[in-house]
Amino acid sequence: MIQFLQQLLNGLSLGAIYALIALGYTMVYGVLKFINFAHGDVYMIGAFAGMYITPYVWKILPQGADSSRFSWSTAGGAFAVLALSMAVCAVLGVVIERLVYRPLRERPRLTVLITAIGVSIFLEYFGQYLFGANPKLFPEILPDRVIEGLGDDLILSVNQVVVFAVTLLLLAVLCFIVLKTRIGTAMRALSYNPVAASLMGINNDVVIAFTFGLGSALAAAAAVLNAINYPAYSIDPFMGILPGIKAFVAAVLGGIGSLPGAVVGGLILGVLETMVVGYGSPMYRDAIAFAVLIAILLFKPNGLLGRAEKEKV
Amino acid sequence: MLQIRDLNVNYGAITALHGVSIDVPKGSIVTLIGANGAGKSTTLRAISGIARTGGGSIRFDGEDITRLPPHRIVERGLCHVPEGRMIFANLTVRENLLLGAYRRNDKAAFPAELDYIFGIFPRLKERLGQSAGTLSGGEQQMLAIGRALMSKPRCLMLDEPSLGIAPLLVKTIFEKIVEVNRNLGITILLVEQNANLALEISHTGYVLETGRIILADTCANLREDPKVKECYLGG
Ligand SMILES: Nc1ncnc2c1ncn2[C@@H]1O[C@H](COP(=O)(O)OP(=O)(O)OP(=O)(O)O)[C@@H](O)[C@H]1O
Ligand SMILES: [Mg+2]
Repeated sequence: MIQFLQQLLNGLSLGAIYALIALGYTMVYGVLKFINFAHGDVYMIGAFAGMYITPYVWKILPQGADSSRFSWSTAGGAFAVLALSMAVCAVLGVVIERLVYRPLRERPRLTVLITAIGVSIFLEYFGQYLFGANPKLFPEILPDRVIEGLGDDLILSVNQVVVFAVTLLLLAVLCFIVLKTRIGTAMRALSYNPVAASLMGINNDVVIAFTFGLGSALAAAAAVLNAINYPAYSIDPFMGILPGIKAFVAAVLGGIGSLPGAVVGGLILGVLETMVVGYGSPMYRDAIAFAVLIAILLFKPNGLLGRAEKEKV
Repeated sequence: MLQIRDLNVNYGAITALHGVSIDVPKGSIVTLIGANGAGKSTTLRAISGIARTGGGSIRFDGEDITRLPPHRIVERGLCHVPEGRMIFANLTVRENLLLGAYRRNDKAAFPAELDYIFGIFPRLKERLGQSAGTLSGGEQQMLAIGRALMSKPRCLMLDEPSLGIAPLLVKTIFEKIVEVNRNLGITILLVEQNANLALEISHTGYVLETGRIILADTCANLREDPKVKECYLGG
């Protein structure tokens, strides 16, 4: 039982990361109806952005680089790294959309899809050129500590809690943006009918750019949170491929186009993966995502929460 | 107020409009009638910027709007209620109405305008919080018109507001069209299959046949025209 709980906890914190990446797939799908296969590589850039930003943040912190003990200063530093990486990727997402996808807006979906794969390969190899091919260690931006007194064998770390909390916060902000703001309403309108949206006076280009920015920022958040979750997290230019594919599966599992679906899909996939590793064999860690993808396409192609006419952003 | 000169529109190899010219004077109701596939919707789509023009010019209030993107055209006060209504079924009635006012910054004026819209379409008020997809066809048409009014248009283009709606409700909707024309001074360009009704409420009419204007006259004259009688008024 304890072991099950433990796997569940670990699975949920992994799933939270998948959910954040999956949201980017599903939001872009909502407005443009295509899968942005470069999204996993945006996640990779988010990780490198965090790594390169960290020393600068530490320089201006009162306690300098001492992140080995928890203090409000280190927490603020970690938050700054998170926010700045998100900003970097938001800009990257907007630039990719502007330079690559917008000129192809009227082209067949397949053209755009293949271009997305091209963007993905470009980011990977340009990343290799910029950052080098060797894996790098992501700095420990938030000291980790196990929370005591939960029982004999149950291990929950402070940073796992941080990952949950930050994910929830980001989801709340996202919900607010999508459901309550002017641009969020425009996103939902555009995803339902772009022509009608433009007749309302919505500038579709602006809304689509905003959606890319938002989705990419969430991918960066996922990368930094992953680094907080796993100490000694090593990053390389190809690290985005697998999480990218898994988050894509999560989005399809939840129902592509559905925001709650992306979250549910991410959590389920994270838990499944952890359970398979815990009770089965670590060998199947990456296979489970593909098994889920095949199963969902066979038995419920619209996903768990996706409906032909449901809200799709 | 709206002047269309020699408008051409092509869909790939198909030419849908061959040099269409229409004048919509300020404050009037102008109707465009024609058979299925004549190019009525295409004309409106070209004016509102959602179909690309292949020649000709469109002037609104003296300004050339031929190549403006749709959102810039709405901004100028020219609003298009498209064929099939195109309401956002995934949004609530309230959200649909407010989207009509997307480009406006004078939020303070919204409540009074919403009240005006509820005055002409009381049904919408009862359905405010409901998802627009659950509305009946007639209610969706009211919503589409109400949403367009929220953009504070000076000119409204309506594409077949009677489509798929029970005769009694069609009458109500046409009455409301006349009402906003009279009371709010909104110029109207109306596209209709139901030529009888359209010619009754409009001042001038144009007859479109396979992409060409074949007749243009006052509605009173058009109703007496033998060809119009035979082809569009059912004998
Ligand atoms: N997207 C499109 N691609 C190709 N041809 C089109 C397209 N839209 C319209 N057409 C063609 O252009 C012509 C005019 O169509 P349009 O929709 O303007 O007709 P309409 O007068 O509004 O007809 P209806 O009364 O049936 O609504 C038709 O022959 C139609 O087949
Ligand atoms: Mg039509």
